[in-house]
Amino acid sequence: MSPHPPRQARTINVHIQGWLLALPAIVLLAAFTHIPGIATIFDSFYATPHGKRPAAFVGWAQYQTMWTDPIAWTALKNNLLYALITVPLSIGLALAMALWVAGRIKGRSALRLAFFTPTILPMVAAANIWIFFYTPDYGLLNQITRAFGGGSVNWLGDPSTALPALMAVTVWKEAGFFMIFYLAALQQVSPTLYEAARMENAGRWTIFRRITWPLVMPTTLFVAVNALINAFRVVDQVIAMTGGGPNNATTLLLFYIYQVGFSFWDTGYAAALSALLLALLGLVSMLQFALLGRNVHYR
Amino acid sequence: MNTIARLTIAASLAISAFGVSAASATEVTFYYPVAVGGPITKIIDGYAAEFTKAHPDITVKPVYTGSYQDSVVKAITAAKAGNAPDIAILLSTDMFTLIDNDLIEPIDTLAKSEADHEWLKAFYPAFMENSQTGGHTWGIPFQRSTIVQYWNKDAFKAAGLDPDKAPGSWDEMVAMGKTLTKRDDSGTVTQWGLEIPSSGFPYWLFQALTTQNGAILANPEGTKVAYNDPKVVESAQFFADLSRKYDVMPKGIIDWGTTPKDFFEGKTAMMWTTTGNLTNVRKNAKFAFGVAALPKKVRGGSPTGGGNIYIFKTGDKAKTAAALEFARFLSTPERAADWGIATGYVATRPDAWETEAMKKYVADFPAAAVARDQLKDAVAELSTHDNQRVTKALNDGLQAVLTGAKPAKDAMDQAQAEATRILSAYQH
Amino acid sequence: MSDRLFRLLSTLGAWVFGLVWALPLLYALWAAFHPSAFATHFDISAPVTTGNFIRAWEAAPFARYFLNTVMLVIGIMIGQFVICTLAAFALARGKLFGGEILFALILVQLMVTPDVLIMENYRTLQKLGLIDTLTGVGLPYVASAFGIFLLRQTFKSIPKELDDAARLEGASTLQTIWRVYLPLARPVYVAYGLVSISYHWNNFLWPLIVTNSTETRPLTVGLQVFASVDQGIDWSVICAAALMTSAPLMLAFLLFQRAFIQSFLRAGIR
Repeated sequence: MSPHPPRQARTINVHIQGWLLALPAIVLLAAFTHIPGIATIFDSFYATPHGKRPAAFVGWAQYQTMWTDPIAWTALKNNLLYALITVPLSIGLALAMALWVAGRIKGRSALRLAFFTPTILPMVAAANIWIFFYTPDYGLLNQITRAFGGGSVNWLGDPSTALPALMAVTVWKEAGFFMIFYLAALQQVSPTLYEAARMENAGRWTIFRRITWPLVMPTTLFVAVNALINAFRVVDQVIAMTGGGPNNATTLLLFYIYQVGFSFWDTGYAAALSALLLALLGLVSMLQFALLGRNVHYR
Repeated sequence: MNTIARLTIAASLAISAFGVSAASATEVTFYYPVAVGGPITKIIDGYAAEFTKAHPDITVKPVYTGSYQDSVVKAITAAKAGNAPDIAILLSTDMFTLIDNDLIEPIDTLAKSEADHEWLKAFYPAFMENSQTGGHTWGIPFQRSTIVQYWNKDAFKAAGLDPDKAPGSWDEMVAMGKTLTKRDDSGTVTQWGLEIPSSGFPYWLFQALTTQNGAILANPEGTKVAYNDPKVVESAQFFADLSRKYDVMPKGIIDWGTTPKDFFEGKTAMMWTTTGNLTNVRKNAKFAFGVAALPKKVRGGSPTGGGNIYIFKTGDKAKTAAALEFARFLSTPERAADWGIATGYVATRPDAWETEAMKKYVADFPAAAVARDQLKDAVAELSTHDNQRVTKALNDGLQAVLTGAKPAKDAMDQAQAEATRILSAYQH
Repeated sequence: MSDRLFRLLSTLGAWVFGLVWALPLLYALWAAFHPSAFATHFDISAPVTTGNFIRAWEAAPFARYFLNTVMLVIGIMIGQFVICTLAAFALARGKLFGGEILFALILVQLMVTPDVLIMENYRTLQKLGLIDTLTGVGLPYVASAFGIFLLRQTFKSIPKELDDAARLEGASTLQTIWRVYLPLARPVYVAYGLVSISYHWNNFLWPLIVTNSTETRPLTVGLQVFASVDQGIDWSVICAAALMTSAPLMLAFLLFQRAFIQSFLRAGIR
């Protein structure tokens, strides 16, 4: 018997060992991500089983229901608005915060603390604090608006302000988190670049536009994609603050899925809505590949 | 009750006690909807302990499951996972949903003795409307309520109104509301006339208005609704007009949870809320307050509300028997009286009001009897098959009207269309 | 605009902004530490009290919720360390047939987290009999694409020579991981651990669905159950409860601010 097994057998062994090491992760990921993902799409073509009646194949019927369901459209519209407003706003504020905190400003650490602390808070806790903040008449926000001569606003009880009120909580919690990525990016910018620009007598805005902004661009894209994914998974603050009301003004996709699935027990329709959410997330991931290229961050 | 009946009860109790003790100690899981803990969880824990003292072979394990809405979701989810509670207190309106999902036992098929027969007939008929369907009794009234109006007597006095007289009609309510609504120099309202909450489950408070206007929202079988009945549309219009036309109520959605706080803070002079808030108001209002039946339009009235005891199908005979025993225990006249006094909910059976404790309490605090007296005008709370969804259609429509997004007629037509679509599966 | 003026305005802006950002929390602190009557009235002479915390603590089984959350986050973290380490090692160093495709498939979970597929995952747990167990809350998160990604990056940067040296001394694969890779990747584990703990301390929807009883409910769900009221709200107590549930993470953050921020940075994504 030779002391070493033939070369080919050894390679196969190495392959097997590799797969064995990865096996627990593969099984769990398949069980909670890939199989349910496919099953969701599969289920969306079946009716919801009722009592002892099993689920029947219904083709595109769930999607037709969705097409005519005004709440589904509202949820989609609200969610797109949510993404379109909170993502740029969080990013803009995060960059501003980072520029402030990166510079030599008085009370730098206190500011950094103020900006970053909301990130650590559970969303449910933050939401409950903000409900209090928004309470009509005696909530702090209304006490402030009144001090400036404004009237009392029913922030969460008026369809025109309820969604923006939720967005504010999201921005409040996310901006500080994104700020630290910008802080890291700003540290990488070489000071000589700024010195050179100053020699040329470039204005502050020009320096920002020509040097800072392009250099933090990869960070901006990276943060934008993550913020976008998060925007389509927002649900905690909806459950805690408004329950989707008034009149669905704050109903977002994942919340609607939760409601249809776990309050109405319409599993077939919930599957169709989940498929829509999956499609949207897929779209975001395609956008990510187009923007970032797969080699930038995920290698 | 004659001697033979007494003996039968004693015998059946002895048998059931023996039957239970033959098995090993039975643990009964009891879902109870409570959000804020404190006094209420203590009372429930106390009942559970007291019950175990009387039935040493049964332990009751209370699980506090949050708001009513959260609780029914939890109960159904748990049951679908094969982990149902043995007994639970959930909204009386969840009856159809629980039946359709095949989760609960008809109590009359479990409790068949003559004493049981008497027991099931002991409650106020208004409360049984939401507890029976298809010839069976599915729920035992426990924490039941009606909506009542609370008013701040000091504010009434300050506005030059008779502090001992609540509005008796819609017109009076609007007129008094106008007198009570106070503005500062800049025109900002410092005190509103009235608050009728509209968050979460606005259909319930709205049903008081439709009842007073002479409309019935759903048939007893829970298969048809009348959301766009002209009288219902008129009620919705009135609900919105209170804030948008008469300007006596804050605009937008009024939060259920903060309404009592608004009342304590003097932000509103009158409020509509459950009689279950009575003890809370009594403890926290720092002014003289009154409680009265709701005002009339063509008639008086309020829907009943609140929770029933349900016994879940678990397939475990010992647990079901123990759960039934606990249900009996929770609904004796004495305990119904005790619960009513502790919380403000309406003691669910007439004989509870004849107990010494209750008589003393009412003599001391007559407001406690207001909700009971209103029962003669009460109607069943809106409840249908696929209840969550059918009421959501109405809730959405109402919130659209209240926030001025849609005219009352359009909103109610739309709600009706949606409800009809959902209920079409239940037409036979 | 002169430089001085700009600097002044910028500082002023930053401070106004910082104040606005801190306001909700300061307000919650005010309400939590004063009697209910002062929750909405600002009065310097208002008595300071810890009564709201005591009332919240007594009104709901927060001690149990704390225990559940602590067991949950630690359990998940240990599970993630083990499972992600093995997979990351295989992907970084093992010659894995089809490894590229496998890695791409793993990264799908960065988008499609378990809470996006609540219905199906709930059904899976039901089949496994894991509803209303802490294992059930944690299991879907244990194989974390993010963790695998992060550790694979780190392992790849470790010189192959160290690996070879260990093997020459007769170490098995697992021993090599334990002796060579783990010690060198320690800062990354610390970072990943902190991110994992703060993510799962705050996670809400999935535990909300999976847990039914006090024995399994984590803090976030317990807080929500506590704060949803059918009978009128006491803001002081709710603020106290909200702060209480966040307190351990907040304190840890205040004490180890730099480590936290470094960790979040190192970890890159949640």
